[in-house]
Amino acid sequence: MAKIVAVTGNEAVANALRQASPDVCAIYPITPQTDMMQKYASFIANGKVSTEPILVESEHSSMSACIGASAAGGRVITATSSQGLALMWEMLHIASGDRLPIIMPVVNRALSAPLNIHGDHSDAMGARDTGWIQIWSENAQDAYDNTIQAFRIGEHMDIRLPVMVCLDGFIISHSIERMEYLEDAEVKNFVGEFKNFLPLLDLDKPKSYGPLILTDYYHEYKRAQHEVMTKVKNVVLDVAKDFEKMSGRKYGLFESYRLDDADIALVILNSAAGTSKDVIDSFRNKGIKAGLLKPRLFRPFPYEEVAEALKNTKAVCVMDRADSFGGYGPMFMEISSALYQLKEKPALINKIYGLGGRDYMPSHAELVLNELNEIASSGKIRIVKEYIGVRE
Amino acid sequence: MATGLTLKELSKKEDRFTHGHRMCSGCGAPTVVKMVLLATDYPVIASNATGCLEVSSCISEYTAWKIPWIHTAFENAAATISGVETMYRSLKKQGKIDKDIKFIAFGGDGGTYDIGFQSLSGAMERGHDMLYVCYDNGAYMNTGIQRSSATPLGADTTTCPAGDVIPGKLRSRKNLTKIMGAHNIPYAAQASPSHWMDLMKKVKKAHEFIGPKFMNILAPCNRGWRSQTNDSITLSKLAVNSCYWPLYEIEDGVTKITYTPKDKVPVADFMKPQGRFKHLFAPANEWLLKKVQEEVDKEWEKLKKQAECGC
Repeated sequence: MAKIVAVTGNEAVANALRQASPDVCAIYPITPQTDMMQKYASFIANGKVSTEPILVESEHSSMSACIGASAAGGRVITATSSQGLALMWEMLHIASGDRLPIIMPVVNRALSAPLNIHGDHSDAMGARDTGWIQIWSENAQDAYDNTIQAFRIGEHMDIRLPVMVCLDGFIISHSIERMEYLEDAEVKNFVGEFKNFLPLLDLDKPKSYGPLILTDYYHEYKRAQHEVMTKVKNVVLDVAKDFEKMSGRKYGLFESYRLDDADIALVILNSAAGTSKDVIDSFRNKGIKAGLLKPRLFRPFPYEEVAEALKNTKAVCVMDRADSFGGYGPMFMEISSALYQLKEKPALINKIYGLGGRDYMPSHAELVLNELNEIASSGKIRIVKEYIGVRE
Repeated sequence: MATGLTLKELSKKEDRFTHGHRMCSGCGAPTVVKMVLLATDYPVIASNATGCLEVSSCISEYTAWKIPWIHTAFENAAATISGVETMYRSLKKQGKIDKDIKFIAFGGDGGTYDIGFQSLSGAMERGHDMLYVCYDNGAYMNTGIQRSSATPLGADTTTCPAGDVIPGKLRSRKNLTKIMGAHNIPYAAQASPSHWMDLMKKVKKAHEFIGPKFMNILAPCNRGWRSQTNDSITLSKLAVNSCYWPLYEIEDGVTKITYTPKDKVPVADFMKPQGRFKHLFAPANEWLLKKVQEEVDKEWEKLKKQAECGC
């Protein structure tokens, strides 16, 4: 039986992690994640979970220890944000290159400089090319559900890849929301026992992890990583089906909101999608066919499915809570790539919003939807990329 | 079963670091690794920092390691093995593993004194049951002989070259063995492959302590030292006998010198056969050679005092 609770995003995810009963957890503080691992440490201290903690001296060591622990053979977790994820960058590639299914919630936060502790997506977008699966979450319920599913996805014997579960710093990590917890036994049964694959602790069959591979086979190893990524989509969908059976909550590669007959659409990640949906509803009430696409699986990116979902729209705005300075926003580049394959493409614009935790207001969504409405009727784009909600 | 440290008994033991690795002829590092593993009478899992030993011992589908071995990156051999050891403890506590396993991290001086220093310090402070072995050849040899904080005073390296104005490295070595001792770990020691019995006894002793242990072992590099390939052990011996590389241990905070040279030789005897110190024998650099001797003497006297007072 589901239990209805009022908890913060951090607490919800800490509970999902506890329910998966990992063998090892690396812990290092960074705002706004800190509170999640504090909760986890209290579970350990109070005997609620049998996880062995490792209280590292940096995020670099956190990911290094996770890699060692995962290669040793067992379920491994950690969590981080922002600068911590940036410090891990080198090791993120090694976790995925070694095909180790480490599960890591990333509580999204801006990157320095200037120093800022609030929510934006610069951290995880910066880790886009590290070979990790990335799943994004709108609210505490999403983050909790995605964390539970992440174990099944990453540990799937056809996949064996690390997974980041992204949730917005403060907006979700520190806000108390109503949500539903699954029973411990249900989650335990859903996630299943960790299946070992080539564990280092198997003394009878010694293995060498992390060889030097140069021009002879490196290229083939990287192709293997590319190929395994192509299998992730189906596993995500299969796991989502099983999850729906257990929880009644439906998940896909992305969420389509009032998109079927939409003329104009927003593409927007995480918590701001909630605000946007309210504004979409008000536009619908005015008779304007507006819709929204909220990506969930960002790596691997479901290009064909996204293109299919947006193909009948006339104008789309991709909202990015991160920037690739000198380029377009990272999500815009994905959507643009997805739509390029279509014969008839909607007009496409890019707005950068909410950096460093700047509030995203309904008025921002209204502004953008009005602009899209004009583009849809005139076919004219004023500017492709623009910052919104910015002080002039 | 524990093996005695006689050549006869050791010769019957299987090498767990095997032939076929691609270390340079005359390199001290594989000798050090073999000795460490020969003296380890337990199942053992090792991690390895990026460096000469790592790039030469596991290439594509070939590995020289007959034990479980993991390399992840340069600065984190200690953090990586601490993760392996933590998983071991977790599974043991859960009853999923029953064997007693030892854990060793190998790193060169660059990966230990410099870039891996934080990771090493963290792992030692956390108290993992592991032995960290630094094979110290005194520079970043794998990338082509660049200065590290283990590079001796006056040495010529590619990033502190001996030139017309600057005569090589002007800073003294970091005393890592003492720094590790200051972590209040149960055991820290310094050893040399020339004194193999002393080295192997220290490894055996290290394994008997539960908790973090550290060993700093000299590993001559004929490419970087610009010496003869057959001189590794001779040079190791001169390093010890000149007290440039004293053999000692710090057990529960108490320093003990494990070998005192009968006739302490001038440090110049150790330096002369090495091309990296050649410029110090020019009259213009006599002052620096003198300074090296003074520093070696000063450090040796300090160490003797520490050993005498039992602190």
